[in-house]
Amino acid sequence: MSLLRLFSSRPAPDPAPASAPIARERLQILLAHERSMRGKPDLLMQLREEILAVVSRHVTLDPEKVIVRMERGRNVSTLEVDIELPNELEPKLAAAG
Amino acid sequence: MAKVLVVTSGKGGVGKTTSTAAIGAALAQTGKKVVVVDFDIGLRNLDLVMGAERRVVFDLINVVQGIAKLPQALIRDKRLETLWLLPASQTRDKDALTEEGVGRVITELRKSYDYILCDSPAGIERGAMLSMRFADEAIIVTNPEVSSVRDSDRIIGMLDSKTVKAENGERVEKHVLVTRYDPARAARGEMINIEDILEILATSLLGIIPESQDVLRASNVGSPVTLNNPASTPARAYLDATRRLLGETVAMMVPTERKGLMNLLRGRRAA
Repeated sequence: MSLLRLFSSRPAPDPAPASAPIARERLQILLAHERSMRGKPDLLMQLREEILAVVSRHVTLDPEKVIVRMERGRNVSTLEVDIELPNELEPKLAAAG
Repeated sequence: MAKVLVVTSGKGGVGKTTSTAAIGAALAQTGKKVVVVDFDIGLRNLDLVMGAERRVVFDLINVVQGIAKLPQALIRDKRLETLWLLPASQTRDKDALTEEGVGRVITELRKSYDYILCDSPAGIERGAMLSMRFADEAIIVTNPEVSSVRDSDRIIGMLDSKTVKAENGERVEKHVLVTRYDPARAARGEMINIEDILEILATSLLGIIPESQDVLRASNVGSPVTLNNPASTPARAYLDATRRLLGETVAMMVPTERKGLMNLLRGRRAA
């Protein structure tokens, strides 16, 4: 097969898709974000800190049970804060609320 | 009038020191009086790339601290009469570098040199900040690689905000120098191409230096590649970039090696 290819004018099929366009796309998204943030506090980081501060006013947070996920997109970014609350805290929470 | 140029990148290992030596030598060859200044305190290497490592007596920190006078610390190149080196300190800690002290040294150098090339350390710490602080122009050395492009963007942001010129409402003129470029890989979509780098960084292009063994060969022997092998592809690219720096219009092209059949048979040694 490869011998035949030697004599055919068709180039060999690309073994891997071009990665440079992916690099460009990733850089464009990242740098748009970084430029907008330059010299300013990171909004998502600030939100994360303040949300956790509010929650910890009511319950004692186990840092290991707090999962924060962030996803930066071209147009929208999402911040997902997942806090596991032990069940015995529920009455206190109700009383507090 | 003297011009202060900073050669910077953010990322390490992209070719700042090589480029400083190559462009510094190329400028000096045109008869300009040039000094290359190493700002990489504690990790000096410009002396080694320039082949002056055994002639260092005093350094930038000594001058900043007043231990030595500037003329005592300057080393004249053995090949080019108009090329000088101000080495970095190898031992002292980098906090010894003060803005006021660096400002004094730059002001003094401005009096007797046409070009002052500041070789920035990697990173964005004090040494890097001070190397760009008094710059009129900047050469941002970038590899066609995501981490390098990202760091260049960060450095461009700093050039636009943290330099004396920027603080006075003026602009530091910025040029991107793409190094370690492989046109064949870029054409196959394996490497970010020049157009994309320029579009992302929104900065004009000073030159494209092809990936080449001649660069390593030159640093091995302690000679700027533009002097060591002026006919080599990286040297020709640096010489073109230098002419653009001097205001000439030079068509942008990546010099390629001629791979003749005989060269191929000889294992391309003849290049």
